[in-house]
Amino acid sequence: MNIGQHISQEYNDELEDLRNRVLSMGRLVDQQFSDASQALLKGKIDLAQKVAKLDYKVNAMEVAIDEECAQIIARRQPAAIDLRNLFTVIKVVTDLERIGDESEKIARFASELSTDTKSMNFYKSLKHMVSIAKAMLADSLDCYARLDSQKALEISRMDAELDAEFENLNRLLSTYLLEDTKNIESTLKVTWCARAIERVGDHAKNICEYVVYVVHGRDIRHIDDKSSQDDT
Amino acid sequence: MNNNDIELNQQLGKTVGNPLVDGIPRMSCQSVDVFYNQDLQAIFNVSVDLAKNQILAMIGPSGCGKSTLLRCLNRMNDTIDGCIVTGKIYLDNEDIYTSNIDPVLLRAKVGMVFQKPNPFPKSIYDNVAYGPRLHGLMTNNSELDDIVEESLTKAGLWKETKDRLNKPGTGLSGGQQQRLCIARTIAVKPEVILMDEPTSALDPIATATIEELMYELKSSYTIAVVTHSMQQAARISDRCAYFHLGRLVEVNDTNIVFTNPEHGLTENYITGRFG
Repeated sequence: MNIGQHISQEYNDELEDLRNRVLSMGRLVDQQFSDASQALLKGKIDLAQKVAKLDYKVNAMEVAIDEECAQIIARRQPAAIDLRNLFTVIKVVTDLERIGDESEKIARFASELSTDTKSMNFYKSLKHMVSIAKAMLADSLDCYARLDSQKALEISRMDAELDAEFENLNRLLSTYLLEDTKNIESTLKVTWCARAIERVGDHAKNICEYVVYVVHGRDIRHIDDKSSQDDT
Repeated sequence: MNNNDIELNQQLGKTVGNPLVDGIPRMSCQSVDVFYNQDLQAIFNVSVDLAKNQILAMIGPSGCGKSTLLRCLNRMNDTIDGCIVTGKIYLDNEDIYTSNIDPVLLRAKVGMVFQKPNPFPKSIYDNVAYGPRLHGLMTNNSELDDIVEESLTKAGLWKETKDRLNKPGTGLSGGQQQRLCIARTIAVKPEVILMDEPTSALDPIATATIEELMYELKSSYTIAVVTHSMQQAARISDRCAYFHLGRLVEVNDTNIVFTNPEHGLTENYITGRFG
């Protein structure tokens, strides 16, 4: 699998440049999520501020990459692997931008929760969720860089573990909400953070599914939905 | 067959995709080989069907044999000295290479439109009326008038030419001339229309008009088109056949060929890679 080797070297350069831009955006988003989770788990307000400050950069990268894709489609009329590759780039940057938004959300709550000692009771569960989501994000970007569809499938399966952790934490937080009505606001903020971390896992899973699409031309999204529909 | 040919055949294997169609095809090629002067083989063991009311686009680099195969479909290769065609080619289950088939009548059933518009140096009316007169398709002039009007209407040229039917066909623009040639082909009531790069000499607007015409014509005819424009093949065809060095590498639904082709050589060609 090679996205280069076109007769037109200029076309090769354009696709290589596009790929590098996506990977740069991936690195930035990965850093944003890492900083946001550290800000939350360790109460580091300076990291939370840094995340909020850099979010515009993620958004700008998404717009620039989309623009470049539109130009390549208009000028090169890509087909087959090139078409799938461009289609995937457009989808991947959308997911990366949303991970950026989730990170910014986590950073905002991290600032608000930094003085709340009670919410720290749940950080152990949050920490585990963060470690799964971080691994999923880093590995999904690695799979995209190497177009490794086999590993992409393995990573996408990790999302179930993250979902289960989220469910467990939700149950715990629901009980806490009933028991301690004075701390509803901060408990809800922890829930929203957990939800944001769970969404990061969903976006990383999407990236993995796009890798399978680029390599094999097979769309594996929502396969569970389709098979359950077939069953009925 | 020399060693290079044997090696290439092993590398390419058999045609991938769906070269044959379900049901009865309008035309069918079975194990067709074409030789020029015995020592030069242009086509190797090609089997492919032309489905009714569909457009089959034939693509591939220059010299890959796509035009040679197209010309086999109405025995145009008979006119080339030393050209030998083996295998079977059927039109509605009838072998067109048997001795009882008259090539002139065959070419009325399987018409052809060429790369460069080639109207006869006659009036627009006579260009279209030439075929029906030759084949005696009418009994009086009124019927001939009807055939001319119907053919020009189907070719999308009636409105532009109805007031100048006695003017020379060569006085029309390139795109109009090509539509006149299509009208001339339609006039003899063919079943299949073969088109050999029909728009390569035309500007984008005339090309779009011809492509729209092909879309309308496929409800009445079966069409095979050779084109060097991949975008054109993607736009107009239902199925697409990729040829490489005389072999038919892949035939598939056009949607599949342009998003996820099965053969690496097809992918290299349509994405503009070295192959």
